[in-house]
Amino acid sequence: MMKSWIIIATIFFWLNGYSKTITVGGKNGISTIKQAIQFSSDGDTIIVHPGRYREGNIVINKSIVLKGIKLPVLDGQHKFELISIKANAVVVDGFKIIHSGVSSMEDMGGIKIYDCRDVVIQNNVLEDTFFGIYTQFGKNCSILNNQLTAISKEEQQSGNGIHCWKSDSMRIIGNTITGHRDGIYFEFVTHSIIWRNYSHGNIRYGLHFMFSNDDAYVSNQFKGNGAGVAVMFSHGVKMFSNRFEDNWGDAAYGLLLKEISDSYIEANVFVKNTSGIYMEGASRVHLFKNLFENNGWAMKIQASCMDIQVEKNNFLGNSFDVSTNGSLVLNSFNGNFWDKYEGYDLNKDKIGDLPYRPVSMYSMIVEKNPPAMLLFRSFITSLLDKTEKILPSITPEGLKDNFPLMKKAF
Amino acid sequence: MKKIIKYVLVDIIQNRIVLIYTLFLLVTSFSVFSLEDNSSKGLLSMLNVSILIVPLVSLVFSTIYVYNSAEFLELLVSQPLPRKKIWLSLYTGLTAALMLAFLVGVGIPLFVYEPGLTAVLMTMSGLFLTAIFVAIALLASVKTRDKAKGIGIAILLWLYFSILFDGLVLFLLFQFADYPLEKWMVGISSLNPVDLTRVMVLLQLDISAMMGYTGAVFKDFFGTDLGRIITGLFLLAWAIIPLWISTRLFHKKDL
Repeated sequence: MMKSWIIIATIFFWLNGYSKTITVGGKNGISTIKQAIQFSSDGDTIIVHPGRYREGNIVINKSIVLKGIKLPVLDGQHKFELISIKANAVVVDGFKIIHSGVSSMEDMGGIKIYDCRDVVIQNNVLEDTFFGIYTQFGKNCSILNNQLTAISKEEQQSGNGIHCWKSDSMRIIGNTITGHRDGIYFEFVTHSIIWRNYSHGNIRYGLHFMFSNDDAYVSNQFKGNGAGVAVMFSHGVKMFSNRFEDNWGDAAYGLLLKEISDSYIEANVFVKNTSGIYMEGASRVHLFKNLFENNGWAMKIQASCMDIQVEKNNFLGNSFDVSTNGSLVLNSFNGNFWDKYEGYDLNKDKIGDLPYRPVSMYSMIVEKNPPAMLLFRSFITSLLDKTEKILPSITPEGLKDNFPLMKKAF
Repeated sequence: MKKIIKYVLVDIIQNRIVLIYTLFLLVTSFSVFSLEDNSSKGLLSMLNVSILIVPLVSLVFSTIYVYNSAEFLELLVSQPLPRKKIWLSLYTGLTAALMLAFLVGVGIPLFVYEPGLTAVLMTMSGLFLTAIFVAIALLASVKTRDKAKGIGIAILLWLYFSILFDGLVLFLLFQFADYPLEKWMVGISSLNPVDLTRVMVLLQLDISAMMGYTGAVFKDFFGTDLGRIITGLFLLAWAIIPLWISTRLFHKKDL
């Protein structure tokens, strides 16, 4: 046993002895990063001292660690992609990357990962880049604690903050993204986690998800994005403890679900969105212990959804709780707390004795005839709502919570 | 003129109905705000008070008051006073008393529990509605000599502004559902002071829902400073035009 440990340790120190550290900038360093990469071999560390480096496109084709001290600046002069990673297990740590080129032909990024694995990109600051951090065919890569800011105003002129395409087992953790087209964009990305990111003030979506199965996003915050968050054409998506806030506009949704199946939405908070969740063609989605507060519409569930389970959620202060566009209801609502519930609880089991119908007649009217919004909260519409509650005719009969809670679910 | 206003005010305060109205508003406001744990729900209840109760009380109370003070009016007319001044003082006295009641009953609780732009807008809208519906009541009472008929007209007017008008709008909306009506709706809403004030306040309260497609059209108009000024002018017109007509009618009226 002892012997094998000694052998392992020897091999480790032997290997370690062969990796070297190269310094760029400072007093005794090499002047350019490109030269340093040329001199380096796999396993080396390049330390870059503070300064402004205008070297065009830096291609990293060896498995090295590129570490910046006190945020050295890499300036792309609006012409180049700054760092192209074409080797496995590269680490890029602590750079300030500014002014990348803009090209919709090449999708230039601040940092771009081409077809490799185990890359780590951390603690970088990206400003005024077209795409921020771009991954294609990446595997098991980590993108940690970066700050991305774009300044473009138009959708066509800006790229996505963190863009992953055809990748697998990615970890996107602790990044702050603002001003890009989509904060985080996933297309054909599987088995990945998006954790503790803050995506705000992006032109289109805070997070955009397409054809990406079996991913989880946890404890992220999405605030004030042009159109909220969109999750489309995926299955096995887990969304836990995220916060969706201030997504305003007719086509802005806290969370847009389109063709999503077998997914879990738990412990999220939806505050002050025009629509908290909008679902279209979703199936087998489980909503559990979410909080919907002060939204225009807490949920819009189109009739094309089925087997959506809505359980133990709190609905507080929303203008409308639920709206739908047809009479077919294949979803279940059970044991939620609705602040508009007016029933009673005679047997004191904390479950209301009368079912609650979250779809009001007026919300159906507005769905069909949007200008009727002018009559919102007028006496006539509350009168209509009251009669409809007693004798439902327009609102879908099946859409009701049979076990509404008398007190908040959590 | 000051003297007449003072007489009217003292008379109304002695009359005690306005005191009860104040007390009612005060009790409602405080109970609504202390019972609801959700402050936006409290604000909504207050909105309902100011768009339903305020017009009703202003209309009915003013109408009855004018009929009951017929003898006082005759007495004043026999004095060397211009009729216009008498009528305007009556209006000012009534409005001041009811506005004071609203300020104490709703304004103060609003500023205690929910200070902010919403409270300012809501108080303003309540004051406007008081001024408008007192003016309409004076018009109704100067038009008809019969007391029962006058009060009936006042109540019918209230029904029209609070319920019937919205019903008609809803009916029109469905009849013309195929046409883009959003911009027209802004115009139509200015035909009813109650709707105008309601939309103004809602743009503060239900801002998230109002940011939807149609809401955005309203927001573009009512939410801007220019829109607020125009709305204010419309509300002012709703008070001044009935008052002006009623003054002219009173001027010519054979008492």
